Amino acid sequence: CSASANELVPYTIVGDGIPASLTGSPSDATRGRALVLARTTTCILCHSGPFPETRFQGDLAPDLAGAGNRWSASQLRLRLVDASRFNPDTIMPSYYRNDGLVRVGRNFAGKPILSAAEIEDIVAFLATLRD
Amino acid sequence: MIAWRAIAAATLLVTGPALLAGEIPPDARRSGYAFMGPDTRAMQDDDTANPGMLFVLDGEQLWKKKTGSADRGCADCHDDARTSMKGVAARYPAFDKALGRPVTLDQRINLCRANHQQATPLPDESRDLLALSAFVAHQSRGIPITAGDDPQLKPFVDQGRDLFMQREGQLNLACTNCHDDNFDKRLAGAPITQGQPTGYPLYRLEWQTLGSLERRLRSCMTGVRAQAYDYGSPELVALELYLMSRARGLPMETPAVRP
Ligand code: HEC
Ligand code: HEC
Ligand code: HEC
Repeated sequence: CSASANELVPYTIVGDGIPASLTGSPSDATRGRALVLARTTTCILCHSGPFPETRFQGDLAPDLAGAGNRWSASQLRLRLVDASRFNPDTIMPSYYRNDGLVRVGRNFAGKPILSAAEIEDIVAFLATLRD
Repeated sequence: MIAWRAIAAATLLVTGPALLAGEIPPDARRSGYAFMGPDTRAMQDDDTANPGMLFVLDGEQLWKKKTGSADRGCADCHDDARTSMKGVAARYPAFDKALGRPVTLDQRINLCRANHQQATPLPDESRDLLALSAFVAHQSRGIPITAGDDPQLKPFVDQGRDLFMQREGQLNLACTNCHDDNFDKRLAGAPITQGQPTGYPLYRLEWQTLGSLERRLRSCMTGVRAQAYDYGSPELVALELYLMSRARGLPMETPAVRP
């Protein structure tokens, strides 16, 4: 139902991660890759990665290559949900949050940047980035 | 004694307001020009290739044109812009005594239309307003920016600085995150500059037209998915004023060209 579309699913932080999937359903790493590359998802505004097909990559943030070696799925999930948990001054947006923000544009107000399913697909993709 | 005071006052003026952590010191300030490729630079440098010059020429015609129920042109009061308008844009936004707040160059032009020409205001981003504003600001080309030096402006400069440092929008980013902390880096492959407002109104290849500083600021706000402030709002004027004071000493470039 549409009334609950903006509501966030509850999640539990354990240590420095969120061990449980936000959706409980299978995720899709291929879709996750496409999402990371999509301009509207905003990742490659700041990050670069193993994406030879595009030169529109940022260098404000670490290269995503090898992210799956450096971080567990649980850590990646929390990083996407709320990167400020790792670094309170980070410029990386919190992708699964809908409050405590200032002057959010009318079209975006009350909504997280990504849905729970999108987060899960991206986590699945990042976990495959191993060198 | 008097001479000593004058020197002390002059020193205070040139040092300007104290910098906050992360703010760009005067000798490290660089115009967007310094970040551009050779082709875009060449386009700005050559008046016959610079598309902004067409607006300047239009503005020169409008300057002379009589309008409004007063049937006066700008030139009837201000005469030759090359002398009367020289250096004016480099100190705008400026404090308006009657209004008790800063006004932008565009607002000043519309005040003259209302008060002195009895004409209707020109709409924001309209070709005529951009042309007049480009023509007036062009008379300051090469002159160092001094906007914000007037002590009456201090609270408004401070307000602009607070807005510059404030995170906003769904992406939760502040102007300072890109333009103080990350200039020289690339956002999706495009260079991020210091966001120095040296060349406005300017021709942006992406816009295919001339645009105001307020248009640029509104697009940065939309970019972080914030609700952009309205044209002429106190917040945008304060931001514009802070940006100009932050560019203190850089020469005006109007009409600049940017990618
Ligand atoms: C506005 C900039 C920005 C955006 C947009 C952004 N990030 Fe980040 N990201 C950073 C920065 C900066 C860091 C470095 C650590 C920190 O400051 O938190 C980082 C760190 C990371 C890390 C850990 C890097 C490592 O291997 O050590 C991952 C993984 C990551 N980001 C993934 C993403 C994904 C996926 C997206 C999009 C859904 C994204 N980021 C969007 C700025 C950004
Ligand atoms: C009838 C006289 C008159 C006309 C016509 C007129 N102005 Fe003015 N202008 C003034 C006066 C007087 C001031 C000083 C501020 C005030 O009292 O309004 C001024 C101030 C200005 C300033 C600010 C100068 C500074 O040093 O801060 C600018 C820029 C300007 N006018 C541009 C224009 C333009 C462009 C036009 C035509 C669209 C125009 N003016 C038409 C009388 C006029
Ligand atoms: C996510 C990064 C980002 C944020 C946040 C941001 N900007 Fe920008 N800004 C850019 C980019 C990219 C450009 C275009 C390239 C350039 O000129 O830097 C730009 C351009 C500008 C320019 C034009 C510079 C010129 O040479 O003409 C100004 C001025 C500016 N920004 C001011 C601001 C202000 C004020 C804010 C906050 C309201 C802001 N920006 C927020 C990325 C950002």
